[in-house]
Amino acid sequence: MMGILMEGFGLTAQIFVITLVGSLPLGIVVALARMSRFKPLAWLAQLYISILRGTPLMLQLMAIMFGPYYLFGLNMGSDWKFWACAIGFILNYAAYFAEIYRSGIQSIPRGQYEAATVLGYSKAQTFTKIVLPQVIKRILPAMGNEIITLVKDTSLAFVLGIMEMFSAAKALAASEVSMIPYAIAALIYWVFCLVIEFILNRVEKKLDYYHD
Amino acid sequence: MTNAVVTLNHGKKAFGDNEVLKDISLTVNKGDVLAVIGPSGGGKSTLLRCLALLETLNSGDLSYGDLVVCSNNAEGRAVYGDAATIATAKTRYGLVFQNFNLFPHYTVLQNVTDALICVQKMPKDEALARGRDLLAKMGLADKESMVPCDLSGGQQQRVAIARAMAMNPDVLYFDEPTSALDPELTREVLKVIRDLAAEHMTMVIVTHEMGFARDVADQIIFMDGGVIVEQGPASEVINNPRHDRTRAFLANYDRD
Repeated sequence: MMGILMEGFGLTAQIFVITLVGSLPLGIVVALARMSRFKPLAWLAQLYISILRGTPLMLQLMAIMFGPYYLFGLNMGSDWKFWACAIGFILNYAAYFAEIYRSGIQSIPRGQYEAATVLGYSKAQTFTKIVLPQVIKRILPAMGNEIITLVKDTSLAFVLGIMEMFSAAKALAASEVSMIPYAIAALIYWVFCLVIEFILNRVEKKLDYYHD
Repeated sequence: MTNAVVTLNHGKKAFGDNEVLKDISLTVNKGDVLAVIGPSGGGKSTLLRCLALLETLNSGDLSYGDLVVCSNNAEGRAVYGDAATIATAKTRYGLVFQNFNLFPHYTVLQNVTDALICVQKMPKDEALARGRDLLAKMGLADKESMVPCDLSGGQQQRVAIARAMAMNPDVLYFDEPTSALDPELTREVLKVIRDLAAEHMTMVIVTHEMGFARDVADQIIFMDGGVIVEQGPASEVINNPRHDRTRAFLANYDRD
């Protein structure tokens, strides 16, 4: 039983890591688009955020999974399941992250931009060297929330028939006529979250060297 | 060429219908210390921000030395130079803000040297050496690895002055550099500015410290309602103002 659950956890962890690797940077791009002075781009980003936050992630996963076939008759092959899942999670979480980034970016005082401008920093330098490091410190608690939520959201991958830990627990519960697999899965989710909390706390401590 | 460091001719700036600068002309020559005084809302800070290219003039000509930053087109609207011109202009002045605007996530030394390294592409060793020299000059030699939030306001403002000086500007602008400080901290910052004046650093200082303006500045400009009401040698403007508005303004201040 543990073997099957741990195998499922392996997939859970993969979905988790791939989602973060994709959505953390994509979120910045969406946030910048959302704040763009070029209005059509800002509207587009706003629409993107609205749709991805306003519809169930489960439906989004299904749309990406089955969309290519039903819309274009494309046969995506057997690996598609996993990639559809990854893309769905990345797009969805990028929308949430974008709004967190935006709140952080907008909280940086004008004076920081002005000081950087006068010193001759380019816009890109100002953002990456001056603004973003301060934004990260400010948004860490909100990000932590979202990242912890993601751990548990990975269980939605079951709708695509991906044998991540929740699906594995479900299958085990059925075959063994027992609730124990669910209980063990819950425990593993929680331990995983504890590890993430620990890491987030470490990062927060590391950024504690200054306040403003 | 003259030795004018910065020249503004007929500068005008409005925010919507609110004309904040109405035809301002001034020249700052090398080694000049110019103080700008006047009531709040009179346009002092806007003037400084236009000179520092944080605001764009609606019309007027602005030059740093022989570098033309903006000039009027046929319709009398200010047209700014290209990105390279603006970038060059930015190497000619430094600005010290009322609220310091230090980078809170950088150490004191990084605050002073980062722009040298990543904007001016100075070799790191050289930048660090210059940064340490300047911090020593500001009496902050032992603070280089602290972060701004661990310093007093006066110390933070001195770091900000060092940061601006590091870029080796032709002229240093101060926008009410002591308005966020209590009297004791004000004194330590004013002392640093006095020392710079003694070294003939070219400076334009917007200030509410009248005694300081009289002692440190060569010239004083009194601005009100978006115009230069009175301009002259510092002691004359402070001690014997010619205009009623200047007199009325100065009556509110203790001139020491």
